[in-house]
Amino acid sequence: MQVRGVMKGSETDTFNTSACCCHRAGTRLWPLLLVGFLLLSSGVSATVLPEDRTDLMYHSYDGGGVTVTGPALLVRKSVGDSVSLSGRYYVDTISSASIDVITTASPYTDKREEFQVGIDYLHGNTLMGISLSSSKESDYLADTFNLNVSQDLFEGLTTVTMGYSQGYDSIQPINSTDQHDINRYKYRLGLSQVLTPTVLLGVSYEGIAEEGYLNNPYRYARVLGAFVPEVYPGTHDSQALAVRIMKGFSSDTRSVGESVRADYRYYRDNWGISSNTLLLAYQRYFANRWLGEVHYRFYQQSAASFYSDNFATEMTYMARDKELSAFQSNSLGVKATWRLPSGNYFFIDRMSLNFAYDYIAFDYDNFTDIRTGQLYSFGANVLQLFISAWY
Amino acid sequence: MSALLCTLALMAGCAGVKSYEREILADPIMSFTRDPLSDTYLNHVYDVREAARGATTTDGGGCGCN
Repeated sequence: MQVRGVMKGSETDTFNTSACCCHRAGTRLWPLLLVGFLLLSSGVSATVLPEDRTDLMYHSYDGGGVTVTGPALLVRKSVGDSVSLSGRYYVDTISSASIDVITTASPYTDKREEFQVGIDYLHGNTLMGISLSSSKESDYLADTFNLNVSQDLFEGLTTVTMGYSQGYDSIQPINSTDQHDINRYKYRLGLSQVLTPTVLLGVSYEGIAEEGYLNNPYRYARVLGAFVPEVYPGTHDSQALAVRIMKGFSSDTRSVGESVRADYRYYRDNWGISSNTLLLAYQRYFANRWLGEVHYRFYQQSAASFYSDNFATEMTYMARDKELSAFQSNSLGVKATWRLPSGNYFFIDRMSLNFAYDYIAFDYDNFTDIRTGQLYSFGANVLQLFISAWY
Repeated sequence: MSALLCTLALMAGCAGVKSYEREILADPIMSFTRDPLSDTYLNHVYDVREAARGATTTDGGGCGCN
């Protein structure tokens, strides 16, 4: 079983912010700007509650000897003009004979269930939301609290978001009486900006800190070819900064027929890993009731400082988790949405049927398939079928 | 903080998009999170197989295991 660590201690390292014309004014200026923003935000309200909507999905992942399937459900309904309630149920039914499993253990099956409930409250141009989620599988429990606040400014041209999450994981390895814990903390800051009538810009930052038992109790490192238990550091700090932009194309000023999107994310952590993620997408309406999308995603990362395919000597920290090795992945995906004709569906205003498929190719630079002695690579098929309803 | 607020002020000042000019921006095809459940799922698929995490269009939560 893959057990990924989730969060840690305190944030000590931040991205450099770009120089600004006002930077030299230092802390004397920002209270004045804050007052100005509050005044501006009291103008025309553009903030709305999330849509009343339900999605019911079947999902499937098949790749590298691992099959994960299951249903997922998301329900959201407003209560009055200022409150929206949401609930999410998600299931992973796992059958794993991954390369880690078949070279050091036996294939297994497992099931993960996740519940999440949330409430959003709208007050003026401010939307506040809290949610609680709980995830359970045979050897892993995780509980998370999320808090998000978003504020519209400049008559809705700018939206600033802030978020905080705190989580607690409990791990009890199979055939062991040991219990391990992980504490995690997430800090989010985001900005959405209308640049022109057809261009949107988004910038987001997230710092994640985690502490506790971060390694996988079932995975082994290699020292001169011999398998030894992995040992990870007890803390893990990471930061990610993403920029995304969307451009719409239309033949008039009131409707849009197609759009292109580009996302870039830079990531780094105190385990020595840095990564780059690029997403390009094209969407368009066609044949009256269809919305189609084609997207390409590139991902590349460097290896953790304590990763080795085969250590020459025993070290304090040792990992041979392929997710901590140097690798890249290329994904190509399509998505099609069919909007049902308007009609009487009881209390439902409109519905859509959706199909999405992604193929992901993983190529590892320093993780060897010890059965063949060759560098490991594999492809994965990711399928989603879901129905959406608005009411 | 002051740098961020200054940047926001400059960007908003440059934008100058009137309310009646935002019909295109309200179309689902212009949303970064058109299908929230689908986005959450796909982010989860990548999250458990890559070291990078965070700064996606969906909130995290639950466990990172799979």
